[in-house]
This record gives sequence, structure tokens and C-alpha cells, in this order.
Amino acid sequence: MSALLEVSNVSKVFSMGGLLSRHQVRAVEDASFTLEADRPEIFTIIGESGSGKTTLARMILGLELPTAGEIRFRGKTVSHRVSRAERLEFMANVQPVFQNPFEAFNPLKRIDRYLSSTARRFLQTSDRAAIDRAMDEALVKVGLSLAEVRGRFPHELSGGQLQRCAIARALIPNPPLLIADEPVSMVDASLRMAIVNLLKSLRDDFGVSVIYITHDLATAYYISNRIIIMQKGRIVEMGDARTVLENPEHPYSRLLKASVLSTEDAGAGKLATDPEMVRTASALAGAERSRLAERPDGRLVRVYEGA
Amino acid sequence: MTQDILKVEGLKAYYQMNYFGIEREVRAVDDITMTVRRNEVYGIAGESSSGKTSFIKVLAAAIRPPFRVVDGSVKYEFNGRTIDVTTASETEIEAIRWKHLSYIMQGSMSVLNPVRRIGKTFEDFAARPLGLSGKAFRDRVVAHLARLNLSPNVLNAYPHELSGGMRQRVTIGLATVCHPEFIIADEPTTALDVVVQKEVLSLIRDIQREMGAAVIFVTHDMSVHANVADRVGIIYAGRLVEEGPTREMFFAPKHPYTAHLVASLPRIGDTSQRPALEGRPPNLADPPQGCRFHPRCPLAVDKCRREVPPLETIGKDHRTACWRWQDVKPLDHVHRANGQEAIA
Repeated sequence: MSALLEVSNVSKVFSMGGLLSRHQVRAVEDASFTLEADRPEIFTIIGESGSGKTTLARMILGLELPTAGEIRFRGKTVSHRVSRAERLEFMANVQPVFQNPFEAFNPLKRIDRYLSSTARRFLQTSDRAAIDRAMDEALVKVGLSLAEVRGRFPHELSGGQLQRCAIARALIPNPPLLIADEPVSMVDASLRMAIVNLLKSLRDDFGVSVIYITHDLATAYYISNRIIIMQKGRIVEMGDARTVLENPEHPYSRLLKASVLSTEDAGAGKLATDPEMVRTASALAGAERSRLAERPDGRLVRVYEGA
Repeated sequence: MTQDILKVEGLKAYYQMNYFGIEREVRAVDDITMTVRRNEVYGIAGESSSGKTSFIKVLAAAIRPPFRVVDGSVKYEFNGRTIDVTTASETEIEAIRWKHLSYIMQGSMSVLNPVRRIGKTFEDFAARPLGLSGKAFRDRVVAHLARLNLSPNVLNAYPHELSGGMRQRVTIGLATVCHPEFIIADEPTTALDVVVQKEVLSLIRDIQREMGAAVIFVTHDMSVHANVADRVGIIYAGRLVEEGPTREMFFAPKHPYTAHLVASLPRIGDTSQRPALEGRPPNLADPPQGCRFHPRCPLAVDKCRREVPPLETIGKDHRTACWRWQDVKPLDHVHRANGQEAIA
């Protein structure tokens, strides 16, 4: 079995402040996981804002270099400091989908222009028919078609349709891996499930692995195979999504689950969070000596020495 | 003093544009009639471009051309005096703003002036309506911030020095420091993550109960409405399509759009396939004939394509605008089981 993506002991430290008030922010600390090539899956990264999930995604895309550790894609180290051809080859294999589709598309350019320039670049052809075919294939995968999209400007489509176009653009080079950074948080509730179902069908029908970054536990439970939960740059719990989310063990995971607004008791107005839970979870964020321990059900949980 | 603090009657507000002789009219708010009572949280749900933001612009008396109120009235009752914000003069509106009618805005970063300390921002907003200055004003603000679990130090901070949750608490502080009777909250928690969101929501809820204020809470996230609102109204394409007590809206919705919104929420512990609503929200410059939801509606019949369904009362506090409301069933089996038990 070969690995598609290996993240081994990756850390990222940002230095902040001026010369005299310099301090360091550990955005990601010692993250390791592997995605297998022959088993497409939806791998979810969950965490609050500032937990380092976007930094991790940017490192996987090669937009940032890790301070320590290594990220390998099909055995090759990911970096933006490589030749143009090598970088292009990597980009054809790992494609991003961003949060806000209205910001991802230039409002003054037609959408098909965006798609066709991607196709021209990655297929390295200027044959109109081949480009159109590639665009149409990608759009059909997301439930649209070239005839619907051609000549349209971003404002003419709904947020859900536009996000689907963004995913179609990412699918043009037939990448085995998509990095989706909060793809549904800016999309309306009624259209949100269409995007989530689409990610699911990409995995099941087209064998695309997806790294799904979110803070929404409910959609994560709905589609993911494996999940990691990050707190302040550290992985605190990792394992099978169902196992972890049904019965979270780390105090921070438990707090996240308790904070999900349920509709089971709609109208009852229950909103209080147990302050003890918040205290326990935030106390662990700064704890020094800790490691990931394996549990019998296969999950990894961070344990703290001397706690 | 009557129970109702806000009465909206037959409100129609359109964007009317005239470019080079070509007239264009966008019917963002089309015939909405509703009331909000004292001491309740009224949730408004709807997707983007459904007209919900236009609607609350009218409620907040922020009507600027090309947006115009074409018909109807929006009457508030403050201290036994009735004021219609669609006809009131600038000075009359100035007198009620912040003191009686206030607004919690969406992006806390763009609401707070980035080059002014929080304390200065409080002075800008609240000093005049409160009629206080100097130490008396500062004491009042500090006491209020303590209520929101913020230390007096934030008054000396700039917005970028605070975390997202703290900034949102500051904007809530700004909106509530004058103890207004009516608060409009426009997606106050959309940009926050789950833990902070819950904290901010319970804060809004607590402070509303404490002051006995009425709150209009706008968000497209139904799970927020489930936990905050007393009544929920659903806006679709500029019209109010259903309104009812929160519990009934979730367990026994009587409009297909509401049923869909409720059923599309995924839940932990349930991986059954969730339906997604096909199609897109209608273009308000050229809305569909008849019921505006019919192109996306699974129950649509010929009548729906021709005639606009009226908003009819079908139970206590429950109104719906659907020709086939008797056939609307909750789409979700879990909810159906819970709901029958709950409503019966």
C-alpha cells in the first residue's frame, strides 16, 4: 500500500512582533497523519479559529514551508521552492477549494474563462474542443453543465452553484486529492447539503480523497471517514469519525460536541455550557508535557503527564 | 400599554432604479404583515437574497434610495407613543435610535472603528442618548461591561487587540448599554466558531430576559433559532411564508420550505442521506408567478403556479402561506417521532 500524502511530525512557528517584543506563535505542533493512495476517504480537520487548521492546509498545498518535519505527496517533499514544471505537476494533483466562492471568483470575469484557463494550463493544450470537453466533464461531476455556465458572471449564480463551479474548477486536472477549507460555511443552509453531498459523491463515485476543514461537527459526522480535532495547534484526538464524535474522550472534543446547537429540544431555550468543561479544556491548551496515546478502539488521544 | 411593540402592516419596499430610461424594480419586501411582542425573541430565517436584510433595513429605519417603502406601515410603540418609521422625520428617528431601538451587527471587525479605542467608540455611540458624560458615563459603561464578562481594560484596547468573541461581546454591549426596548440582531454569531457562538447566544438571551426587551434575531442557521427564538418567521423571496412558535416550526412545519430547512440539518449520530433542495432562490426582479416557492416545491400543483397563497392563520400564533399546508409532513423521521409526542 502506498501513501498518497504523508504528514510527519510537522510544526509551524510564526515569529510575531518587532525587534524588541518578539514572540513566537506555535500554529501547528507535531502533526502526523497519512492518507493512503488506494483508499479514497474524507479526512476532516476540526478546530476553532486559531487552532492551526488553515495553516496545516496551507502547508499541505505547499504555500507555506513547515518549520520542522516533512510533508510528502507520493513520496516527494511538498514545497513551493521547486522548478515550475514540478510545481505544476504537484498542483495538478492537489487542488484547493476555498471558503467564500464570491471572493474566489473575479466578479468582472466570466466563470468559464476561469475554468478554461485552468484546463489550458493543466492539460497543456490549446485545442478548443479538448478544453471544452474537460470543462464539461468536470461540471457534470458537480451536477452542472457547460451549457448552463458558459458566459455567466459570478453574480448570476447562487452561492451554492458558484461553490460547485469552484469545485468543478478544482476537478479539471483529475486530482486524487482536494483540500476544502470550510467550503460550506458561507453557503446558505438550504444549499449547504448539496455541497456536502457532492463531496461525498466525489469520494464514492470518482475516488477523490478530500481533506475537509470545518468547525461544523454535524456535517463532519455526516461525511467523514477519519477526523482529527485540533486545539491551539495540537492534535488532541484523532481516529474514526463515528467513534470519536459519538463518544469524544479529550475534554476539548467533549466541549466542542457539547457546544453544537441541537434541534432536539427546539424552543426549550437551553443554552448554558458547563463552565467547568470550558475551564478543563482551556487549562489543557497550555500544558507542557503531553503525548498522543493509542486507545483500544484505534483512536489517538492526547494525554498529559502529571495531570 | 399593549402587548405588541412592533406592528408591520402590508409592508412593501422595493429597490427602484432608473438607468438611461430603463426602469427596474426589485421587490425585496413584498407585502409582509407581522407583529413582535414585548419580551420575546422573534427569529427570522431565510437564505441570502430572500429579502431578509432589506426587511430589517426598514425595521431599523435605514431606508436609503434606491430602496423605497412603497406601501404599508412599520409602527413601534415606545413609552405609550406610537411612531411609524416609514413616515417619521430624521429627528424623530434620531430620538429613538439606540435609546429605544438598537442594532447588533454582523461583522464585529467592520463595525468597530479600527483606529479608535473601544472606550471612545462607546462615547461616540452612547454618550448622547444616555445624556451622561465624564465619570458617570464611564461608571455606567464599566458596570454594563461587567455584565458581559468584560473587564474595564477593554475600554483602552483597540478592536484588533481583542479576540472575535470579545469583539462580538463589545458590539452587544454597544447595542444594549442604553437599555433599548427593541433590538435587531443581524447574524450576530455567523463568523464565530461553535464554542464562542454558544457563549454569545446565551449572553444575548440572558440580557434580553433581564431587560425585558424584544429582539428580532436574523440568521439562516436553523439550529440557532431552535435554541434562541420564541417564535420563528420564514422569509422566502420577499414574503413571509410561515410563522409560528419555535417548537411547532421544528416538529410540525406547515410549509414545504420550512419542512425542508428543518430536515436538511445534519445531526451527530445520524448518517442517513440528507435531502438537498434543488434549484436556486428566485430572482426578485422577476419572481415566479403564483406561489414563489413552486419551482422548487415537491408538492406544487397547478393552482400554486397561478395564484398567490395568502398567509392564513392555522393555529394559535401559527400562520402559513401554502395552498397545500394540510399535506405538509415533516420530512425527517426522528423529528416526526419526537414531534408527535411533543405537540400532543
